[in-house]
Amino acid sequence: MKIIVCVKQVPDAKDVRLDPKTNTLAREGVQSIMNPYDQYALEEAVLLKEQLGGEVTVLSMGPPQAVDVLRQAISLGADHGVLVSDRAFAGADTWATSYTLAKAIHKIGDFDLILCGKQAIDGDTAQVGPGLAIQLDIPFVTCIQKVREASESELVLERMMDDGYDVVAVSLPVLLTVVKDLNIPRIPSLKGKMKAKKAEFKILSAEDIGADSACIGLAGSPTQVVSVFPPPPRGERAVLTGTVEEQIEQLVEKIAVYL
Amino acid sequence: MDYFLSEEQSMIVEIAKQITDERIIPQRAELDRKDEFPRDILNSMAQADLFGVPIPEEYGGFGGGCLDIVLALEQLGRGCIGVGTAFAASALGVYPIIISGSEELKEKYLPPVAAGKKFAAFGLTEANAGSDASGIQTTAVLDGEEWVLNGTKQWITNGGEAQIYTVVAITDRKKGPRGASMFVVEEGDAGFSCGPKEKKMGIRASSTTELIFKDCRIPKDRIIGRAGTGFVTVMKTLDSSRPGIAALGLGIGQACLDESTTYAKQRVQFGKPIISFQAVQHILADMAIQLEASRALVYSAAKHIDAHPKDMSKVSSMCKVMATDMAMKVSIDAVQVMGGYGYMREYPVEKMMRDAKILQIYEGTNQVQRNVIGQELNKEYSRR
Ligand SMILES: Cc1cc2nc3c(=O)[nH]c(=O)nc-3n(C[C@H](O)[C@H](O)[C@H](O)COP(=O)(O)OP(=O)(O)OC[C@H]3O[C@@H](n4cnc5c(N)ncnc54)[C@H](O)[C@@H]3O)c2cc1C
Ligand SMILES: Cc1cc2nc3c(=O)[nH]c(=O)nc-3n(C[C@H](O)[C@H](O)[C@H](O)COP(=O)(O)OP(=O)(O)OC[C@H]3O[C@@H](n4cnc5c(N)ncnc54)[C@H](O)[C@@H]3O)c2cc1C
Repeated sequence: MKIIVCVKQVPDAKDVRLDPKTNTLAREGVQSIMNPYDQYALEEAVLLKEQLGGEVTVLSMGPPQAVDVLRQAISLGADHGVLVSDRAFAGADTWATSYTLAKAIHKIGDFDLILCGKQAIDGDTAQVGPGLAIQLDIPFVTCIQKVREASESELVLERMMDDGYDVVAVSLPVLLTVVKDLNIPRIPSLKGKMKAKKAEFKILSAEDIGADSACIGLAGSPTQVVSVFPPPPRGERAVLTGTVEEQIEQLVEKIAVYL
Repeated sequence: MDYFLSEEQSMIVEIAKQITDERIIPQRAELDRKDEFPRDILNSMAQADLFGVPIPEEYGGFGGGCLDIVLALEQLGRGCIGVGTAFAASALGVYPIIISGSEELKEKYLPPVAAGKKFAAFGLTEANAGSDASGIQTTAVLDGEEWVLNGTKQWITNGGEAQIYTVVAITDRKKGPRGASMFVVEEGDAGFSCGPKEKKMGIRASSTTELIFKDCRIPKDRIIGRAGTGFVTVMKTLDSSRPGIAALGLGIGQACLDESTTYAKQRVQFGKPIISFQAVQHILADMAIQLEASRALVYSAAKHIDAHPKDMSKVSSMCKVMATDMAMKVSIDAVQVMGGYGYMREYPVEKMMRDAKILQIYEGTNQVQRNVIGQELNKEYSRR
């Protein structure tokens, strides 16, 4: 089975701050990590490879330092890594990102299965997976919590819902987005780390993937970010104590102010 | 301190550290409370190739040296030496095969252990043969194409969990210490069984049982090396594995220093964090000094062993004694710094103190190690 996993390099949520002046993410000095959801997608891909044979390619769009997540993916069992990187991609929204990833996948060639995280922890839109499937004109199933059965031609899946889960059977090729209940990502192996150290990655430019310049980067992004702002601080809160009677008395006093 | 590890050694540390932080530390209290064998954690170590570290490359391992295994065990020991002991005992169980086994035994038993698919155990001790291993009573008699084993081994780590057991038995009582041999016994061999799990003070995640042989018949070629070489193999095995026990001591020492220093900065008495009291600082300072001195000796001993594999007895014993006596002392000090909280199950140092004690006892008590060092000194100074 040929599997492609889309992985995004994101700032570590543990130390994300907003620049108080520009209201954008302050990225300087912030550790970058592989988007957590994508780690589950990668683990499932490696499990499927171990079960059915085949190979796993990880694909990322991002700046040159995004090869770090590709290297990490190799240490965790991926076979190949491809980075799409070009100044022209800067400022891409989810539509332009989906378009660019689709172009890169055409360039990579054959696939049976594409795995994405449900969402990226920085952008948080959960749009790229479905957007990519539309661009590739293949079916997609989102929020997969379990792969029940897998063969070369069909998957039986559990899709997480608010009130339980659906069981979905799909034929390949298909794109899935995954949630964290799917598996427990492995710890890198010694052989994997050694392979990752030596790994070389294909870096594709806009030209390499034959992207239309009107569809990429800021210029190709229909989303207009009008403003970004932190949510207003929550109003003042107070915890009342004492007997129920005392608390009611205090409450009445507080409400009375507004009457 | 920077010990200038190689890139590969740093990788081993990173992997063992990640397993310790993400898998062992969150589970250790429960494993201890329930006397539970850490099968899932060992499986994740297998997936990360850690079981391959001490096994030669030709047999599917990583071909690592003494320092490599020390680095892995130090990290695991920082989390839980019960888990670390289960891991280390599997390596201990196959050292006899690596050291003295035939090509056939190596090909059959080493690859699955390197892959972590099978665990191993090492059986020497008996009820009446602890420090004095020459007192073992278990016998092996050749009967046609088979060896027939009879006797009982006591306190064998990984008993009941391992699939491969290397055991010592007397093959010719008349020859005294030259009359013992080592054998490979497999789980499921007719006449072989394991006793119930012992209830222990510490390292409760590890399993300790009897190995019982009642007319246990195994094929003739399961003997490790020539008949009569059993104790030579045992001594070489224990010399090779002891720095690993020292490394578990370093791990516990580090964990105790981390826990108690962090606590001392937070705990306020008399209006100040207790770390501001010089009496507390001095305890922590002494812990740090002894820990780092032990680490320096263990790493140097491991490097010496990697460079001079024929001359390991004395350094191996020296580093075991120093690092495990340190672990005991530092764990007691950590409880002291943390006062009543340190004595409570909610904090990890009470377990560390219970666990640390075993390091001074197994793989040769620290008294016996001092005997070895003393005898080596006597020999060295006679040659001068
Ligand atoms: C309000 C808002 C404003 C934004 N403004 C800007 C801006 O001004 N400039 C700018 O550069 N960006 C901006 N972005 C970010 C950008 O639109 C997204 O980060 C990017 O398109 C991916 O979408 P996402 O992070 O929401 O990913 P999701 O759709 O949440 O990601 C789902 C999955 O898709 C895959 N995936 C996503 N991105 C990649 C990738 N790059 N490579 C490989 N796989 C991937 C992963 O598998 C991931 O788990 C903005 C986002 C938002 C929500
Ligand atoms: C949890 C656990 C796991 C173990 N795992 C294994 C295993 O996997 N495989 C295995 O084969 N064995 C194992 N053992 C056995 C262990 O190696 C022995 O307990 C150890 O060698 C000491 O033997 P003993 O307990 O019989 O003590 P003894 O030999 O009876 O010693 C009692 C005391 O006398 C002292 N002493 C004895 N002789 C001398 C001397 N000549 N000079 C000075 N002092 C001396 C000792 O230092 C000790 O303080 C394990 C033991 C435990 C508790």
